[in-house]
Amino acid sequence: MEAALTAFSKWLSATSLSHAIQTAGWIIPTLQTIHILCVAIVFSSAVLVDLRLFQLFERDEPLREVARRFLPAIWPVLLVLLATGGLLIIGEPRRSLVNPTFYLKMTLLLVAILLTAGLQRSIASAPVAWEKDRSRRMAGKALATVSILVWCGILFAGRWIAYTQAG
Amino acid sequence: MSQFQDIIAYFEDSGLAESIRENDTLFPSIESVHVIAICLVVGSILVLDLRLLGLASIHRPVSRLAGAILPVTWSAFAIAATSGFLLFISNATKYLENGYFVAKICLICAAGVNMLIFHGISARDLSQWEKEPRPPLRARLAGAVSILLWIAVVACGRWIGFTMQVL
Repeated sequence: MEAALTAFSKWLSATSLSHAIQTAGWIIPTLQTIHILCVAIVFSSAVLVDLRLFQLFERDEPLREVARRFLPAIWPVLLVLLATGGLLIIGEPRRSLVNPTFYLKMTLLLVAILLTAGLQRSIASAPVAWEKDRSRRMAGKALATVSILVWCGILFAGRWIAYTQAG
Repeated sequence: MSQFQDIIAYFEDSGLAESIRENDTLFPSIESVHVIAICLVVGSILVLDLRLLGLASIHRPVSRLAGAILPVTWSAFAIAATSGFLLFISNATKYLENGYFVAKICLICAAGVNMLIFHGISARDLSQWEKEPRPPLRARLAGAVSILLWIAVVACGRWIGFTMQVL
């Protein structure tokens, strides 16, 4: 598996697109800047709804409204993240494809996506229960805690990719 | 000026700065916290900026939204500033020689001035227009300037990493 990934990385870095990204010095920092700005949007949207579940943000507005204002923005921005992330991988394949931290980040991302999508659907279909039902409120706080931890984990892993790449 | 250099030297020569410099995991860990905090600062300010532009949260009165979002922004900013200070003292002299670092600090100050102008001058008659979906031009301008400044802050932050050779 690792040999295949190394071979694939080698092939990828020899493509003309990879060459173009590598040789123009401004492309990678620019892609990373766009990537971080999009992370800021997705992360903040998720965390603000999590804070609402903790009754720490926009308490005077129904949870359904808060979720409707912040969660839908996550999905188109996530596409920009996949695009910029994909280009960064093409530019420097070995930095991520043969790096365990990258796979940790992707696993956590998958968990975050499932968690956020599940929360969004559930709040939309049963908005009253999330606010009034006691056990559901507790579940909401537990979910919010996990969500914040997983998103922070994604950002942590993202930064650590730079420090754990194969030499 | 030499007094300033004395203060810088005091921090850079401290045991704390030395451990951040020498320890392999301390710098990336503080950096990760810094990225998480910055993302929340930028993402949460964007919520308010988009409201001032009349592009999102338009049914929320501006003062209500500001009251809900600014505690989040300021808490995150405190963490970003503290972690940023720790990263800075680990190599203070080199950071001060880096143009992107100096630019980043200036841009953050400019964002602060923009905020002060908005709160002190442009928002004096806030109660008269804060419920309108589309705030007056001076408020929209404050929102637009804020977005541009924070994008520039993130870009400079990323460029510091490509122009500093310390690790």
